[in-house]
Amino acid sequence: MASERYSFSLTTFSPSGKLVQIEYALAAVAAGAASVGIKAANGVVLATEKKHRSILYEEHSVHKIEMITPKIGMVYSGMGPDYRLLVRQARKMAQQYWVTYQEQIPTAQLVQRVATLMQEYTQSGGVRPFGVSLLMCGWDEGRPYLFQCDPSGAYFAWKATAMGKNYINGKTFLEKRYNEDLELDDAVHTAILTLKEGFEGGMTEDNVEIGICNEQGFRRLSPAEVKDYLANIA
Amino acid sequence: MSILSYNGGCVLAMKGKGCVAIASDRRFGVQTSTLAMDFQRIFEMGPHLYIGLPGLATDTLTVHERLRFRLNLYELRESRKIKPQTFSAMVSNLLYERRFGPYFVEPVIAGLDPVTWEPFISAMDLIGCPNMPEDFVVAGTCAEQLFGMCEALWEPNLEPDDLFETISQALMNAFDRDAISGWGGVVHIIEKDKVTTRMLKTRMD
Repeated sequence: MASERYSFSLTTFSPSGKLVQIEYALAAVAAGAASVGIKAANGVVLATEKKHRSILYEEHSVHKIEMITPKIGMVYSGMGPDYRLLVRQARKMAQQYWVTYQEQIPTAQLVQRVATLMQEYTQSGGVRPFGVSLLMCGWDEGRPYLFQCDPSGAYFAWKATAMGKNYINGKTFLEKRYNEDLELDDAVHTAILTLKEGFEGGMTEDNVEIGICNEQGFRRLSPAEVKDYLANIA
Repeated sequence: MSILSYNGGCVLAMKGKGCVAIASDRRFGVQTSTLAMDFQRIFEMGPHLYIGLPGLATDTLTVHERLRFRLNLYELRESRKIKPQTFSAMVSNLLYERRFGPYFVEPVIAGLDPVTWEPFISAMDLIGCPNMPEDFVVAGTCAEQLFGMCEALWEPNLEPDDLFETISQALMNAFDRDAISGWGGVVHIIEKDKVTTRMLKTRMD
């Protein structure tokens, strides 16, 4: 690992007190594909755009929305390879918790551990911060949770949020459309509409991925189910 | 000479109706010499969670300290009181970490779920193999005697006062048939709204 030769951190303060590397990482996130998360009264929805540069892409082989535990799911905006590493680490942390406590890890606990990991990469030798922001959703002790983890290691609990391209418009849209009594179906509908705001071209079940988390746990919707939701907004 | 019978001592726990009870003797000795009659083997890990650690006395103290460390960090990190089942898994994990150089204690756990108030008891061997029965658990140098007494006296759904009588008789008559257990007894009855601790007046031999 590079950090064997580099005993100094590459993330250093600027005179104005900012960690410029983290600002740049956030820029990488803002340039990434849009993703949206909305917490409903009875569940959480994650939705993301799957931008493919060519029609030759096999859309359904690789997924952006991933399960971490049966009750926790995750999506990102930013750099895919960085995301894959975090998914791996998050799954390992969740299993480690299970081995020790014979209990599924609470969402907030997993978020804290992942965020701590992300922070380590801003204060260790020879490494760069992760170029992703994560949206993590989960269900434990009878209620839904939605969290965002940033490259800096900061984490936030949200009722609804958008990340990636066009996220400012997305958040403004959600501020108007969100209310506490949303049911999960309405939340999925709203999430799709939020993505649609900045979508280039037509939304189909091949270029949108949706995951939901409710009392039964987390699952990714099949293309057929996504198609049904898309038909409702047409 | 077995290392688990160097200091002597015993613990047992029983389930009752909406309550659990945990009891132990108070002897601390070095083989045949009795050195103390006020040795604490049962520790409070939460308002409704108790653990008894019979076995080698030095490990009783150390395991209690290490557990308290882990438990405090858990409760601070998770901002909640631990469930007895989760605590039991934590103890099992702590013991198995020392699989090839174990702590010489055989824990007994008794508690009530902090949300549902469901009674919970469990016991494990010195390397963390858990056992979570519906009736009672025993450990210590007079475990065989305790098994016999509990089998004979325990019945389901005992009220707290009856559970106290049952567990006290089981404990005393078992450790009276063991040279290196006894010299006093302590019983904790754990209910939803209170924990009653009673010292037993026993044969001091």
